[in-house]
Amino acid sequence: MSERISTASRPRALFDLYRTQARMAVARESQYRMRNVMSLIGFLTEPVVYLAVWTAVAQAKGGSVGGYTPGTLAAYFIAWTLVRNMNVVFTPYGFEWRIRSGEMSGQLLRPAHPIHYDLAYFAGWKVVWFTMWLPIAAALVLLFRPELHPEPVEIAVFAVAIWGAYLVRSLFQWLIGLITFFTTRVAALFEVYIVAELMLSGRLVPMALMPSWVQTVAGYLPFKWTFGFPIEALVGQLGTRTLLTGLGTQLLWIGIGSSLLALTWRAAVRRYSAVGN
Amino acid sequence: MGELAVHVAHLRRIFKVPEREAGLRESVRSLFHRRYREVRAVDGISFDIEPGEVVGFLGPNGAGKTTTLKMLSGLLHPTDGEVRVLGETPARRRREYLRRMSLVMGNRNQLQWDIPAADSFELNRAIYQVPWPEFRRTRDELVELLDLGDLVTKPVRNLSLGERMKVELAAALLHRPAVLFLDEPTLGLDITMQKRIRTFIAEYNVRHSASVLLTSHYMADVEALCQRVIIIDRGRILFDGDLATLATSLAAYKELDVTLAGSGADLSGYGEVRSRDGDRVTLRVPKAQTPLVTARLLADHTVLDLTVEDPPIEDVIELLFAAARPPA
Repeated sequence: MSERISTASRPRALFDLYRTQARMAVARESQYRMRNVMSLIGFLTEPVVYLAVWTAVAQAKGGSVGGYTPGTLAAYFIAWTLVRNMNVVFTPYGFEWRIRSGEMSGQLLRPAHPIHYDLAYFAGWKVVWFTMWLPIAAALVLLFRPELHPEPVEIAVFAVAIWGAYLVRSLFQWLIGLITFFTTRVAALFEVYIVAELMLSGRLVPMALMPSWVQTVAGYLPFKWTFGFPIEALVGQLGTRTLLTGLGTQLLWIGIGSSLLALTWRAAVRRYSAVGN
Repeated sequence: MGELAVHVAHLRRIFKVPEREAGLRESVRSLFHRRYREVRAVDGISFDIEPGEVVGFLGPNGAGKTTTLKMLSGLLHPTDGEVRVLGETPARRRREYLRRMSLVMGNRNQLQWDIPAADSFELNRAIYQVPWPEFRRTRDELVELLDLGDLVTKPVRNLSLGERMKVELAAALLHRPAVLFLDEPTLGLDITMQKRIRTFIAEYNVRHSASVLLTSHYMADVEALCQRVIIIDRGRILFDGDLATLATSLAAYKELDVTLAGSGADLSGYGEVRSRDGDRVTLRVPKAQTPLVTARLLADHTVLDLTVEDPPIEDVIELLFAAARPPA
């Protein structure tokens, strides 16, 4: 047994775990095609409403608002749908269920941090989502005629930033979820998180349309780096320096989130009372 | 004998539980002034388990069995005392430790519900970093021992309770744990399936010299698997020793199973009549008087058959609990 542990390097073992769990997610989620399609359609409601409202505002203001035309707004909110899919992570509500059902106990008995299962599972799920999103995105493009002319560097940064966004959002929602180890109820705090995210991330509206002080505050918080930044990387005119700084800031938030998680995890596991089964 | 598989000394776990009376008034009051009660789920227990030993861990509901198993596996931090399993402190939850133990709870499903168990097996391979050749060998061995056949290729949700338990056990053993904690592994299973699981646990213990700590409400499990039992009640150990000697040392009586030629004889003068089925009567007799009563029965009646036995182990344990709990 000890030989097994010493010969398998940790990164390789983690890669094996991620690959296997992601494959399992694809197998499992492929069975629920209709549920996934319905969720995707549900996700469309939110950006379509925002798009309709801001297009009307832009047209009322002579064709643009805060530098966004109806065409660039369409591009923003169509990219939004992909970023939203990428941002689907394990929520604190799931933690409550996981603890009550005893599933968390099972995860704690395994020799790997439970966040790896979630990161790997939701990453695998995204393959299924992405396949289903493509025709929906094509329909949206035909319907709303977005203005989108990204440079190769913008596409490359976008491709990295959506995974960065996924990691930042996963880490912070996991942090909130860990509160269930102390209280077993966390829904109220999660609601506060969602409201802050709506206002400060570029989810409700492009950050350029927010008052400048809100933009300043948002720059110091993680939310913008999970929504606004990846979208603007693709549809905006950020410039290479800003794009790379953005990726660096995502990396910084991943570091902050991981450190906070590691600290909280220790205390949380000590407090874990293994209620349920 | 080398290092102990399990060493527990003065182990204690106290839960602080909020409590309030029923009703709206009490609900409102609890918003401002919350009352707590301390529950000593495990209250200073000590025991050791040798490598390869199979030990039954018995007690009524709420006795502290599962809490103890959760501390031994590293799920719960002890309030006080010492726990060492395979030389490790479980609460530290070191990967090296978690790779060498398994906790199986009969009422909990750790397999992915919607996909075949074979996929969950493979995930466990990745989690426990079992090399492929070893994984295939162990999986095939478990499939054979548990007679799983094509069960592993069906989605778990389509399996019966007993089938699921077998598959669950296989998943928990793919990494060949050196210590196995089993919490009610046969709960809710029919007799045939219970027997199959028992045989498997015994076989696994022999093949891999694994130490097993088993809780069960079915005495048949304990009698079939464990030479030694630890009996716990209200967080304290009442008995730790050989199962065979439990009855002889604790029961103050024997049970006489008598079959007479011709029914209707009143045997209440010989001892307490426990049951009567036609000509067959079961008597409970004080241990010291057993030879005398037996001789009298043989002299006074035409006896077709007579057996003298210790009382069922369930009754002995009941006696133990009764002695430990003074009447209210």
